[in-house]
Amino acid sequence: MRIKKNIAVSDTGFLFNPSTGDSYSVNPIGMDIVQLMKLNKENDEIKKAIMNDYFCDDATFEKDFYDFTMVLRNYKLLDDE
Amino acid sequence: MAKKIYERPIIRPLNTGMMNKFGTRTEYLPVTHIDGVSVKSLIKQYGSPLFVFSERQMRENIRFAKRTFETRYPKVQFAWSYKTNYLNAICNVYHQEGSWAEVVSRFEYDKAINNGVPGDKIIFNGPDKTDEDLRVAIKNNSPIHIDHLDELYRLTDIATEMKVKPRVAIRVNMDTGIYPMWDRFGFNYETGQAWDAINKILASGKLDLVGLHTHIGTYMLTPSAYGVAAAKMADLALGIKNKYDTVIQYIDMGGGFASQNTLKGSFLKGSDIVPPISEYAEVICTALLNAGFKNTELPTLYLETGRALIDNAGFLLGSVIANKRLSDGRKATILDFGVNILFTSFWYDHKISPAQEFGMHTEDTVLYGPLCMNIDVIRENISLPPLNAGDQVVVHHTGAYTVTQSMQFIALRPAVVMIDLMGKPHVIKKKESLKDLEKNEEMPEFLKQFKLV
Amino acid sequence: MSKPKYTIAVTGLNAIDSPGPGLAIIRGLRDAKSFDVRIIGLSYEALEPGIYLHEYVDKTYQIPFPTAGQEVLFERLTYINEQENIDFLYPNFDAELYNFIKLQKQLENVLNIKMVLPTLDQFEERHKINLYEYGLKHGIDVPKAQPVYNTFEIPAIANQYGYPVVVKGKFYDAKVAYNMEQASQHFNKISAQWGLPILIQAFVRGSEVNVCGIGDGNGNLLGAVPMRKLYITDKGKAWAGITLDNEKLLEITKNMVESTKWKGPFEMEFVKTVEEDYYLLEINPRFPAWCYLTVGAGQNQMEVLVNLAMGKKVKPFTEYKIGTMFIRYSNDLIVDINEFEKISTVGEL
Repeated sequence: MRIKKNIAVSDTGFLFNPSTGDSYSVNPIGMDIVQLMKLNKENDEIKKAIMNDYFCDDATFEKDFYDFTMVLRNYKLLDDE
Repeated sequence: MAKKIYERPIIRPLNTGMMNKFGTRTEYLPVTHIDGVSVKSLIKQYGSPLFVFSERQMRENIRFAKRTFETRYPKVQFAWSYKTNYLNAICNVYHQEGSWAEVVSRFEYDKAINNGVPGDKIIFNGPDKTDEDLRVAIKNNSPIHIDHLDELYRLTDIATEMKVKPRVAIRVNMDTGIYPMWDRFGFNYETGQAWDAINKILASGKLDLVGLHTHIGTYMLTPSAYGVAAAKMADLALGIKNKYDTVIQYIDMGGGFASQNTLKGSFLKGSDIVPPISEYAEVICTALLNAGFKNTELPTLYLETGRALIDNAGFLLGSVIANKRLSDGRKATILDFGVNILFTSFWYDHKISPAQEFGMHTEDTVLYGPLCMNIDVIRENISLPPLNAGDQVVVHHTGAYTVTQSMQFIALRPAVVMIDLMGKPHVIKKKESLKDLEKNEEMPEFLKQFKLV
Repeated sequence: MSKPKYTIAVTGLNAIDSPGPGLAIIRGLRDAKSFDVRIIGLSYEALEPGIYLHEYVDKTYQIPFPTAGQEVLFERLTYINEQENIDFLYPNFDAELYNFIKLQKQLENVLNIKMVLPTLDQFEERHKINLYEYGLKHGIDVPKAQPVYNTFEIPAIANQYGYPVVVKGKFYDAKVAYNMEQASQHFNKISAQWGLPILIQAFVRGSEVNVCGIGDGNGNLLGAVPMRKLYITDKGKAWAGITLDNEKLLEITKNMVESTKWKGPFEMEFVKTVEEDYYLLEINPRFPAWCYLTVGAGQNQMEVLVNLAMGKKVKPFTEYKIGTMFIRYSNDLIVDINEFEKISTVGEL
């Protein structure tokens, strides 16, 4: 699961998809995740990094992360493997 | 570096034409306390969901309403509308503030009697009163508001048989320029039905016509309609005085003042468009004072205001059961209360606040209740911070009609708590139990046993 | 004597195919001789062109939609005022006016932001639904009209007026019906979108003429310019228009302002029949999108409104240049995505 290469995220949480022209707003933790995905991190690494930065339990993050990626896919922001 | 507070990751498209988030934060500002008591501690002690009433707010409302009317008209009497909320503790707050009781059924009538309201201070309204109900009301000298001719005839017979002259009023409906017109209750003014009923009462001499009653609608946003109604009522009263030399002692303007809830489909917020109670008071009192009554014959103004006196004093606390993603991509949150106990969500977009702090990002969410029923929707679309399972919410303006209309369907009904003036919570109704529910059930002998293989 | 400099906030920056009046007002304010301005744009959507027109708008802030309520709006304006110290505010959308009228005292007393607006009674009284009674009360001809809640009420009214009749929505939309069948079709369509009641109005044949003006709240007309639309877009908006020499229309306007004690800007829409009778169709309680024509014709009404609020002596305009034309044009602005990002995410640009 990779985020599309040309997706740009700014530090204000503005995400732009240049191939469709759509733009989105992302909250700070969502931004962190997108940045990590852009660095081609694997899911486990993303999880580890986020758990390191935020107070959160495994199950909650796993569930929310799954949901978040589903939404990203829904918005066609992922490179389908 | 210290760890950051976790919030669910969210992403939302920037669509034009959608509500922007700037400045809308107060919409979902967390409400962590009610009258100084923390939401968390209330839920911990009494369970979730939970109805909470503020004694302070109720007393403020009725005192303010009384002052508003009494500074404009010399003779005012409020009567607490039992159907709006007939938990005994709630009724007694209003009775302590001097309100009489207004009831629309025998069971409400008995409740008022049991609460200690003297019979002559219980106004008996409604289309459904049995012969037995009428006899009890006559014995207690309660004003009986006649709804239809059948009732008028029955009451006349009973009065003859009991050899007493009951105190009665007739309910009048009329065109006040409001749609829909509530012409199903009482006798119509414009078609002469009202006069017909009045003539019958005064010609027979068996009933003591002491009052006139109207109730022009519910959640009325147009105060001027009350002015029209009050003028027509005064016209009837003066006509009765002219024709029969009978002085009408009171004019009952009913209820129907709007609360601050937002009706579904309303463009502007309820709290922004609802007229203050002073506007209703102004038109009603002006119409009565200008009608031409002699000073000594000025009728007392009765008011049966319910909703506007209690809606903002009631809160429903609840908890998040789960979050879901719907097939069309929308977020859905399942709460532990549904239309079973928040019946009013069928016509209101209730304001709902989270009960804990959040960041500034929100998500558009559907709020579902816990019932296994497709219609169990609390809000079709609301912008809320990302709530997690176990988080709490506060629903505002749930004082009117929620407790009385709540149904025991699928789930048991929650406890009701009142926070007193000192900030101390009191249970005023315990959480329903299976035992309560089965108390009146009976099991025929032949069904007592079965065997499953 | 040096000119004062006012900070003026303006909404309605949607200079699109069905434009809001914001930019026209800003141009008038920038042309003002009696003061200098810093213009603060207030926008609802990130794509309102005014946000990106930096030669007109110095800075823009997003504000919450009217549905979010007055409390939220006031809080946002408090924040904006802390940054900008606003002297005067021009609300320009019909849908936002109710909230601004309700907040007027609070804005003036707490934030020291002035506005010149009709009173709530004036605002409510001129609603479409009440317009016929309004005309009777103030001696203005208005096409006969009656609200209906059900299609079976239509025939009696339509037969009285004679077909065609105009079927109108409570807030927007109007369609001409030539028979009962069409009338009930329109009724169903419009009521589905805008709710009940629906207005059935007698159809008056003629050409449309409009007046843009200001009342001072004491019955005085401070300025008025009549205009006829020369060409209308498919959305019913003016494409081009011309100022008219029309004493009768000015007289009607003057009487209306005197009788209603109208406060603030207004646009009145009339139908002029071949007999030269004028029937009022609508009163908009704000400046119209074509209001810059009044500046072109010699009446800077936007400037006057600000001076009125600032307690300056204001002399009513008595003249304007007849035959002044406007022709509306559209223009594609080139915008960097960073600007769109900023207004979308931070809400300020």
